[in-house]
Amino acid sequence: MLYIPCPHCGFRDETEFTYGGPSHVTRPELTTSDREWTHYLYHRSNPKGPYRERWIHSYGCGRWFNVLRDTGTHEILEVYLMGQSGMDSANRGNP
Amino acid sequence: MSAPGPYRLANRKRGDSIEFRFDGRPLRGVEGDTVASALLANGFRVVSRSFKYHRPRGIFSAGIEEPNALVQLHAGAQSIPCARATLVPISAGLEVNSQSGWPSVSFDVLRVIDFAHSVFAAGFYNKAFMWPSWHFYEPIIRRLAGFGRAPTGPDPDRYDVHHAHCDVLVIGGGRAGIEAAKGAGAAGQRVMLVEQDGLLGSDATSLAGLASIQVLLRTTAFAYYDHDLVALAESVAVQSGTRLPRERLWLVRAARVVLATGAIEQPLIFSNNDRPGIMLAGAALRFLSRHAIASGREVVVATNNDSAYAAARELRQAGVNVAALADTRATPPRELVEEMKALGIDVQPCSIPVDTQGFGALKQVSLGTLASDQGVSNIRNVRCDSLLVSGGWSPTLHLFAQAGGKLRYAENARTFVPQTDVAHIEVVGSAAQGSEAPGVLGERVSPIGNKDRQWLDLRHDVTVADIELSVRENFSAVEHIKRYTTLGMSVDQGKVGQAPAAEVIAHSRGLRPSELGHTIFRPPFMPVTLGTMVGRNVGALYAPFRRTVLYGLQASAGALFEDYGEWQRAAAFPRSGESREQAIAREVKLIRNGVGIYDASPLGKIELIGPDALDFADRFYINDLTTLKQGRARYGIMLRETGVIFDDGTIVKLSDDRVLLTTTSSGAGRVASWLEEWRQCEWPDARVVVTPVTEQWATVALTGQHARTVLQRLNPKCDLSNDAFSHLGFRETELLGSEARIYRVSFSGELTYEINVPSSKGAALWTALLDAGQQFGIEPYGVEALLHLRMEKGFLHIGADTDGTTVPDDVGFGKPAASKQRHYVGKRSLTLPESVRPDRLQLVGLASEGRTALPVGSHLRLSMGNAPTDGWITSGGLSSTDERPIALAMLRAGRSQLNQIVSVHDGGRMVTRACVVPPMFYDPSGARMNA
Amino acid sequence: MQRYSLRNVLGHALRGNSGWKPAWRTPTLKSTYDVVVIGGGGHGLATAYFLAKKHGVQRVALLERGHIGQGNSGRNTQVTRSNYFYPVSSSFFDHSLKLYEGLGRELNFNVMLRQGGQINLAHSHHELEIIRRWANAILMNGVDAEILSETEIRKLVPILNPHPRFAIAGALIQRRAGISRHDAVVWGFARGASAHGVDLVQGCEVRGFRKSGDRVIGVETSHGEIQCGRVVMSVSNQSSLLAGLAGFTLPTTTTTLQAMVSEPIKPVLDPCVISGAIHAYVSQSDRGEIVIGGGADVYNSYRQRGSVAITRGVLAAALELFPSFSRLKLMRQWAGAVDITPDTSPIMGLTPVRNLYINCGWGTGGYKAIPAGGDTMAQTVVDDKPHPLIRAFDLARFESGALIDEGAASGVAH
Repeated sequence: MLYIPCPHCGFRDETEFTYGGPSHVTRPELTTSDREWTHYLYHRSNPKGPYRERWIHSYGCGRWFNVLRDTGTHEILEVYLMGQSGMDSANRGNP
Repeated sequence: MSAPGPYRLANRKRGDSIEFRFDGRPLRGVEGDTVASALLANGFRVVSRSFKYHRPRGIFSAGIEEPNALVQLHAGAQSIPCARATLVPISAGLEVNSQSGWPSVSFDVLRVIDFAHSVFAAGFYNKAFMWPSWHFYEPIIRRLAGFGRAPTGPDPDRYDVHHAHCDVLVIGGGRAGIEAAKGAGAAGQRVMLVEQDGLLGSDATSLAGLASIQVLLRTTAFAYYDHDLVALAESVAVQSGTRLPRERLWLVRAARVVLATGAIEQPLIFSNNDRPGIMLAGAALRFLSRHAIASGREVVVATNNDSAYAAARELRQAGVNVAALADTRATPPRELVEEMKALGIDVQPCSIPVDTQGFGALKQVSLGTLASDQGVSNIRNVRCDSLLVSGGWSPTLHLFAQAGGKLRYAENARTFVPQTDVAHIEVVGSAAQGSEAPGVLGERVSPIGNKDRQWLDLRHDVTVADIELSVRENFSAVEHIKRYTTLGMSVDQGKVGQAPAAEVIAHSRGLRPSELGHTIFRPPFMPVTLGTMVGRNVGALYAPFRRTVLYGLQASAGALFEDYGEWQRAAAFPRSGESREQAIAREVKLIRNGVGIYDASPLGKIELIGPDALDFADRFYINDLTTLKQGRARYGIMLRETGVIFDDGTIVKLSDDRVLLTTTSSGAGRVASWLEEWRQCEWPDARVVVTPVTEQWATVALTGQHARTVLQRLNPKCDLSNDAFSHLGFRETELLGSEARIYRVSFSGELTYEINVPSSKGAALWTALLDAGQQFGIEPYGVEALLHLRMEKGFLHIGADTDGTTVPDDVGFGKPAASKQRHYVGKRSLTLPESVRPDRLQLVGLASEGRTALPVGSHLRLSMGNAPTDGWITSGGLSSTDERPIALAMLRAGRSQLNQIVSVHDGGRMVTRACVVPPMFYDPSGARMNA
Repeated sequence: MQRYSLRNVLGHALRGNSGWKPAWRTPTLKSTYDVVVIGGGGHGLATAYFLAKKHGVQRVALLERGHIGQGNSGRNTQVTRSNYFYPVSSSFFDHSLKLYEGLGRELNFNVMLRQGGQINLAHSHHELEIIRRWANAILMNGVDAEILSETEIRKLVPILNPHPRFAIAGALIQRRAGISRHDAVVWGFARGASAHGVDLVQGCEVRGFRKSGDRVIGVETSHGEIQCGRVVMSVSNQSSLLAGLAGFTLPTTTTTLQAMVSEPIKPVLDPCVISGAIHAYVSQSDRGEIVIGGGADVYNSYRQRGSVAITRGVLAAALELFPSFSRLKLMRQWAGAVDITPDTSPIMGLTPVRNLYINCGWGTGGYKAIPAGGDTMAQTVVDDKPHPLIRAFDLARFESGALIDEGAASGVAH
């Protein structure tokens, strides 16, 4: 069970949060092709290693935020606010 | 002449005498005994039968690693299978039963299998039992498998869960653990010290006075989870019927963990090394020092390391005859040899057991002298009824490995030791190095003897021959060997035997053990009671339920409550003598012809507040909301990005900066979360807040042709005339002295006022309406009646008529969805090829040909269809106007099949035929709800 | 291939079992093959087997970076069934179940299929309506299914909770469903494939692909480079990574699926019992262990561990179904990394790279599909077009939106 550092509340058990899939998925222009649109809907990078993902502190502050976590070791590398792009200088994780 | 076997030393053990029963026989033990020590005290040599070959087995160890002495405790609902006799304290009246052997553990007819043991070597079931089919053999094999029986009733005990945080979690209360705890405690850190045994090691007194140390005894750390979360199982109440839980689960988040988990003694491997009377040397020492038990009358000790000398010494000093001590090392430490000599114990270096004899139990051991060329010479027999073996100690590193730590095989210690470091974990004491007296260990495996009689896993009856067979058949990877032979896969998880097995595997593959991998360490370290893992979420507490403020009033009106998602709601209000179906039919008639009230409180309600409120809402619905006026409600459908229908409800504009949404009852939470997610993540600049208010308002739907009259009697502060307050109108007003929000919307197709008052006023509203409507015969009605009423109108029931694939056009909303210019969530997906396929399932009505029912869930076939199915009935019942069976269905290209006949199939047969009609059976013009 | 039979077991026993031969060869990797199968799990092995045995393809290599059967094929709860909702699904899975029924004979290896039935519980009137819709879907497609009343359920499962939190309204049963032995299936296919000439190469990791234009012509491995005509990727949770090496993306997400067993006890449970509302499935293995599983963990993970929060939730569900199991002990808990698609249906067939075929996305339900997965993929490779039974599971379905969403049918993993 992960111990997640909510940027507003501090470390809490994973059971206080709800998972929100990958971060920084850009919603394409709605006039885009079927191929691009379904790529946005369905295709995923799914890396083994550092991965940027969204979480919401459902049973706490109720805020969405971003986490850079290694999907192989579960080590949490960075946590940053929704809307930001993170400080990680190595620019790891999905784009 | 005393009988051979273990016995209690006279005058050495003080304590109350306790009577218990083993296999029905009354026996006596002393307070402080475990079942194992009490059985030994009573001279028991055989306590179980082995899994495959049904060989007699005795107590082998004194602790958690016990592979043989598994017993069944108690009876009936209290029964516990697979209890370790070495861990269970005896108590007055305790019922203990052996788990194997038929008719008894001392005489087991299935021992005959042992005489044909070659047939039953590892993997035999892969190669046989195929003809005529596995079903022929499987019932017999199933009955032979399994240790012990499941309880026959619900668990009478409770289990608790604690969550804890600490600076340092020390696992293991021996010398190293106490020292670590002391150090951290003295530095002012919050320390938890857990020990599986009932007492700490001898240094425990040094902990006194350190208040920041919490000690948990009888507590086993069994799993290491992400981010230093450690799970512990604490044994609390031994007897049932007290107020204490039987066990407690601790989930401890530690900043740092110290593993002082000690080591487990390993056996020597030689032919017939499983005979009752053979025991680990350290275990014999434990039985002696704690329980005053002598393991036998004529003891031989066989070892490859220093530690077993202590057992020889203590037994001799207690007056037990130790006939010989065989050390596989060529030159054991001189001081130890001298010590033995002084005690009159014959030390035989370079010697290893090669075989044992004695039908039923140990009578003698054959020792051999190890030669440098891997051979053995000078085999001589030594009479004994107890053979104590020690093959070195394996550090207990399961939690370390679970945490991701890597292990390597240390040649000197002949066992796996930590190879890497793991953040936040420190391994101390004998867990770090592998032996109490590190040094080079001697040989451990006899070079000669029948390999199919050399046991590596006592519990699963796995021998050296099985390993060699596995490798011979090319199941050479460690994980393959494990699965092929089932080595280490039983309830003891291979704790005893793991290290020698690595040697044997390596040898059979021509490798060194350090070149092998090891199998994955998985939780739990020790088997954990399922009830303990779960805690209190059992029985009525398994899942939370929700009730509205009107629950009590409905209960007293005779409501039949059923689960609708999390909510307990009134399905119907059967009168005495009425069945559920009769009640529903009566309530339907009541609404069609009279007036009734319905608790709609679970319907989701969400307020959007801010200058962008209406614009924000408009981004989600297929319906254009920009033209919504204050005082009007609009029905809306919400989609997922993939275009499928997500939820439906109404939208009302309360003011320029306030919008009120309703959702389905099951969607209330989902929709609020959805809106919030888009707001925070995609549209953070939208000036709006999303506030769920479902629980703040009680909602009563006053339904039927007399609704207006009844409501008027409550004197609402608004004009109820149809001109002033028409269908799909909305009023914020006052009622019964409190604020109220009244919708004119209708799910039933009759004139309806959905009245919202603050929750605290809900009961008063309900009662007032029942009063006001008395002359019209007003009654409450339930969910099932409403679902029927709306079915007759073809109104959508999300989740019944729709599923996770339904798009707006499927259910008749294609036009508004397409015509709204503004891009709402889901719009883009509606033009994907799949969304516009002409043969999609579409919502239609069905009218039965005769009087045969149209069962919900039946499937449909078009006369010209060639697919396995052309759709299914989603809801249905008997028409309230003419009692004929009607239904709503999703039918392939349904809208183009009007007036066609479809066949209806249920349970594998065609049950009737039906005619495809528009999905609207009642008052198509809507005159009744517009009245 | 040395024949397995009771007579041979007895004969070899007399000779101390010294005459048993390796179940499969240990070949060295050659430089050229007709077909390379990547992935030594059940699906890969079955594909290699059918390529060699059914289609006579001479030079087939199967590359496994670890040891065969160590991924999800070796970790699942062994449920074998075909009661799926969509006709394309139930047709495929029933083809698999029928192959399972004859698999012992086909492979001359006892896969221990015990068809004790699978029961899906409904806990309300409306759930029963959905179950009926599901049962009829199965029947309309010619596969067996039946609705049971509460009385009938309790007769088959006497230890079911007498006072459940959510009442039992009825159930769907597939009587032909059951349990088989996962290791036996893997080893049986491996032995068969090897005997028919497939080179099973373990400890061999794929590091890249050689392409000529949009066509694959070779595979780069840790044992050297191979030239090959066709390649099948059958690597479950690693699929996204391998697809990346080949130059395309997938709609799969890798996460954790847990399973656990109790200490073994005497027989108390015959069918496999599953409840969507209560989110658990429970069966008893022929060793006597109670086998328990539930839904997958939520977040992306390759760690193969699983959150204790999920473990506890699944066990709570199991005890809600069978309260008398409370005093049994959890003996072992493990997890695998499963690749889940947006519609929880697999991805099988062609890829954007010519001559490169894919079989993945099985999520929580791949074990029961092994024989049919191998059979249809082998045919697909040979024909260079999808086998009719798998056309609907094409990767391209995500572009048209033609998802096969079995979510309704497989509310819980198995």
